[in-house]
This record gives sequence, C-alpha cells and structure tokens, in this order.
Amino acid sequence: MGHSGINVLFEGRNFTRLLGGLWTSVWIAVLSLIIGLALGALFGVLRTSKSRLVKVIFRIYLEFFRIVPTVVLLFLFYYILPRQFNLSWPASVMAVIAFALWVSAEFSDIVRGALISVPKIQRESGLALGLNKWQLFIYVLLPQAFQLELPATINLATRVIKTTSLLMMISVMDVINVGQQIVEANNQTNPNGVFWVYGLIFFLYFIVDYPLSLWAKRLSKRNEA
Amino acid sequence: MSWAIIQQSLPQFVKGFQVTVWMSFVGIIGAMVVGLCCSLIQYFHVPVIDKIVSAYVELARNTPLLIQLFFLYYAFPVIGLKMSAITCGLIGLIFLGGAYMAEAFTGGFDGISKNQIESGEAIGMSKWQLARYVVFPQGFALSVPAIAANIIFLIKETSIFSVIAIPELTNTALDLIGLYYHSNEYLFVLVIAYAIILIPLSLLLTWLERRVRYGTFGD
Amino acid sequence: MTEKILEVEDLNKFYGNKQVLHDISFSLNKGEVLTLLGPSGSGKSTLLRCLNGLEEFKSGTIIFEGKKVIPTAKNWQQLRQKIGMVFQSYDLFPNMTVLENILLGPVKVQKRPKAEVEKEAKALLKRVHLEQYANSYPRQLSGGQKQRIAIVRALALHPDLMLFDEVTASLDPEMVRGVLELIKQLSDEDHMTMIIVTHEMNFAKQIADQVLFLENGTIVEDTPGKEFFEHPKTKRAEEFLESMEF
Repeated sequence: MGHSGINVLFEGRNFTRLLGGLWTSVWIAVLSLIIGLALGALFGVLRTSKSRLVKVIFRIYLEFFRIVPTVVLLFLFYYILPRQFNLSWPASVMAVIAFALWVSAEFSDIVRGALISVPKIQRESGLALGLNKWQLFIYVLLPQAFQLELPATINLATRVIKTTSLLMMISVMDVINVGQQIVEANNQTNPNGVFWVYGLIFFLYFIVDYPLSLWAKRLSKRNEA
Repeated sequence: MSWAIIQQSLPQFVKGFQVTVWMSFVGIIGAMVVGLCCSLIQYFHVPVIDKIVSAYVELARNTPLLIQLFFLYYAFPVIGLKMSAITCGLIGLIFLGGAYMAEAFTGGFDGISKNQIESGEAIGMSKWQLARYVVFPQGFALSVPAIAANIIFLIKETSIFSVIAIPELTNTALDLIGLYYHSNEYLFVLVIAYAIILIPLSLLLTWLERRVRYGTFGD
Repeated sequence: MTEKILEVEDLNKFYGNKQVLHDISFSLNKGEVLTLLGPSGSGKSTLLRCLNGLEEFKSGTIIFEGKKVIPTAKNWQQLRQKIGMVFQSYDLFPNMTVLENILLGPVKVQKRPKAEVEKEAKALLKRVHLEQYANSYPRQLSGGQKQRIAIVRALALHPDLMLFDEVTASLDPEMVRGVLELIKQLSDEDHMTMIIVTHEMNFAKQIADQVLFLENGTIVEDTPGKEFFEHPKTKRAEEFLESMEF
C-alpha cells in the first residue's frame, strides 16, 4: 500500500492537525447545544403559555429558523453582526451564536410537543394534590416530557454535529478545512491523498453520529411500547 | 440597504433560483424513488440486499452532505470517476435524500397497528396481499408527514451545493458578495428567495398532511 | 345538629352553549358518605370535578367548611389540600416511585418534614398491604394496587373531604373488592367525609348515607341512602335501579 496515498494522513503533523480540527468542530457543537437546549427549554415552556402574543412571537422565531438554510444562517451572522453591531468576534463565536439560536428554535418545538402530549389527567391529578403551576412543571410535566423528548433531542444533536461541517464556509479551522489544506499541500506529491483524507473525515463523522442515532432509535421504540 | 443594488442583482438571483428549484425537484423525485425501493427491500426482507440497504441508510444519514459532495467531487476522480459539479450535486442529494426517504416510508409501514395486520391475516391474506391492500395504502398515508419534512430539509440542503460551485441561490449570493461586498442586500434577497420557495410549499404540505390524515381514514 | 362540611347552591355549568349542570343544590354533613348515581352522561363526574376546581362553573356557590369558595386558581390550589380526589385511571406519576408519589403533596406543597411524612406514608402503605412496593415504580403494579396507592397519595395530605370518581371502573372484577374495602374502612373507621361516583350498586347501598340521583345534569332525587335503594321516590330512579340488576 506504499503508494495508495494513505501515508498522507501520517506525514509530519497531519494527523494531529486533523484531530485539532476535529476538536474545534466538537467544542463548537457542544457549546451550541448546551446554550441552545437551555434557551429552547425556556422557549418551549413559554410556547405553552396562554398568551397569544407570546405564542405568535415564538412561532415566528421557529419558522424563521426552519426556513433559512443553516449555511445562510451562518453567513447572516458572519457578515451582518460584525458590520451592523461593530462586533469583531472570531468566526467560531459567530458560529456558536448562530447554531445555538437555531437549536433553541428547534428544541422549543420539541419541548412544546412533549409538554402538550403529557396526558391531561396527569396534570389534573397533580392539581388535585394541590401542586401549584410551577410545582406541576418541575415535578410532573418536565420529567415526563423529558422522556418523551429525549429521542428527538438526540437526533437534533446528531444534526448539529453534521452541521459543523459547514464551519469551513466561514473560514473556521474545523476538521474539513484542515483536511482541505492537507489535500492541497500534497496534491503534487500524493494525488491519491484526497481519497484518504476525506475518507477519514467521513468516517469520523459517522462514528460520532451513528451510535447516537442508534440510541435515539432504541429510546423511541421504548417510548412507544 | 439599497434597492438599486437589489434590483441589479435580481437577474442573477433568478438564475440561481431556477437552479435551486430544478435541482431540488430532480433530487427529491430521485430520493423518493431510491427511498421507496430501499424500504420495499427492507419490508420484504430480500436476503443480503436488505443488509446492504441498511448499511447505506445508516451511512448516508449519519454523515454530512458536504463531505459526501467533497468525496464525489474531489476524491472520485482519483479512482477514475470524473463528474461535473451538477452531476455530483444531484447524486449527493439523491444519496442523502434516498436514505431519509427510506426511513420515512419504513416508519409509515411500521406504524400500522398490529390489529390491522392480524385482522388481515385472520381472513387468510398472503403476505403480498396484506402488503398490497393493508400495509401500503395505510403506510403511505402515515409516512406523509415525514416525507413532507424531508422535502423541506432536502431543499435547504441544496444550499450546500455552493461548496462545489454549483450556481444555485446561495452560491449566487456568495459570488455577488465576493465581487461587490454588499452583503446586507444580497443576503436579504437570498433569505427572501428561500422563503418564496419554502413558505408556500410548507403550507401546501401541511394542507396535504391534514387531507391525508382526515380524508383517508375519516378520523 | 351535625356540622355541614359542604354546601352547594344553584350551581350551573355549560360546555359552550350546552348546559350540563342545572341548578345543583345539596349539602353534606361531616363524616357522611354521599354517592352520586345516575346513567352515563348525567353529569356526575362533571359535578365532582367542579367541587375540586378542575372544571369552572358559570354560576352558583360552593361553601366549604363554612367559607364561600372564591374560584380563583390560587384558592383552589389551597383548597385541594383539604379536598382529596382519586380518578378512574389512577394516574400515579410514572416518573416517580410509589413513595415519591405519596410524598410529593405533603412535602412539596404542605412543606411538612420529610421524615415525619415518610413514616406516615409507610404506615398508610402497610394499612393497604402494599408496604413492600414503596420503592417500586407504578408500572410494576397491578391496577388495583395502583388505585390503592392513589387513594393513599390523596390521604397523605390529610384531607377533610375525599372525592372518588368511578375509582373501580377500569379495574378487573377481582381487583375491585380490595379498593372498595379500603373506601369502606375509611368511612367506618376514620369517619372520612366522602363523595363517591360509582356504578357499583351493592357497594353504594352499603356505604351511602345520602344519595343524589342525577339525570341530564339535574338532581332528580336527594334521598337518605337506605331509603333510596328500598323506596326510590321517583319513577326514573326506580327504573334506573332495575336496569342495574344488582
């Protein structure tokens, strides 16, 4: 396999560089998820409120993020925030903000769906014990909603991980961007390297996302049973 | 925000719009055909092929479209398969979408209640008759919401075609920004263009979902 | 003269334009058992749910322990600690163990010390012969067991009045007896004041001090228990008793 090109992966610091790029993708995904899920849980609870105004506002928020492709979202934050608000934060921070808001919109819908699908009688028997609205949320509705929403939340996480592949488009040094640089640097000496570099990245995404999807599938089967 | 700039850019955006629309259309139809074939193979447990189908579905669903496109566009020529960007884009979208559509159809077939299947069996239906008269008609109806969600998802994914320089909407906006720097205007037009495609479509799909749900089974 | 715990005057309730309860008036003495009887759809459960604030009513007065109930969410939340309710479908919280289900109200709502309540809860569980299930989850229990736990959960709040909404209707026949015995005990030994909606006529006959017979949302008859079963005043009640064939 001397000339198959696989050696590109291990030449010099290439492998370490790829792992470094992977780390960038991972922390952006994790941070966006943490912020997005926290915000989304809050928005989801608000979306079950009786106020029409609150409902409409959060619905529009959700639909905006549903309609705009994530690539476009990244560009909106990357080009418009710095210019309109005079912010000069690094692209990775812009990406976290964009992803976190997107996650919060998607998650708010998941939380809302789960909350309204907790059976009405569960809510009533909580009330019958004298629980107030807040206690009802904390002890009865949220824990039950959590179980219902877990598979969808894991699926959302796998989408966020896949979406980090778009980071290269706003010049974040993620795993794909590093990969592309390595491919270009070795194009003359090792034209087959491209196969291995992109193959490895393909595989890296797969080994992160596949177990998560399997887990989500198992959980949702159990919820149905 | 300047209207003049927007106006000047419109002809280019119209071209990009056309590319996005026709590629989405072909890609989605292709994805539905691939998805349906895959889910039928899984439903009838065709030996060996069903394992290959499962592997394909998992691979395609758990990797990003962007890296799938890079592979097709940059890595395949190394093994002697050179294709145009447009061909790569369509193959990528069908590869990704086929897996999602397969899951949608399979989900529908799996969603039919056991009682329905058992009452079919009770009147002596064969597996094929059961599929033909009970599982498929009800399963298609059940899979409509997931298919609708996939259609919207796949149209949005075409924005990623811009990485291999297919002149669709997003790529058009990026090119214009690169040339003239009017990012506010071009991004505004870009968002509106996606809204023009997706809002009516999502309303149409919601309407269709309702019709299927209430129309077919009357509850 | 016995003390009145609950008085209801001219209660009217609508679902949209449809009136489902018409001028309901009755009163209940402390320590007594009132059973609500009547055909399905007569408004029994709706009436019961109005008494716990789970349904809003259009007009009328509820006086509980001498005080007129002002029907705000906050007041009902306070009152529900005094008025326990048990539902047909038991509705234990599936995310909590049996003990946690019982402790939730007393500890979180009434802020009583956990150790004290836990001792009491265990005694109550022992009384219903379910002490070995304290740390089980509801899904591990049979319907009859769940329903007895649901009753314990309501009792743990030390209510002055208990409402039972068809609590045996979704149980297998062999499970019904244990639950009914428990309710009978509560009446005989604890002198608990109770309002019971049921289709178990034999049980109603044994336990009722007073019967309200409802039809189409109206009280057709308000009679002492024994008398209702032996000499119903109205033709409708007579037909109803005959149709139940107990």
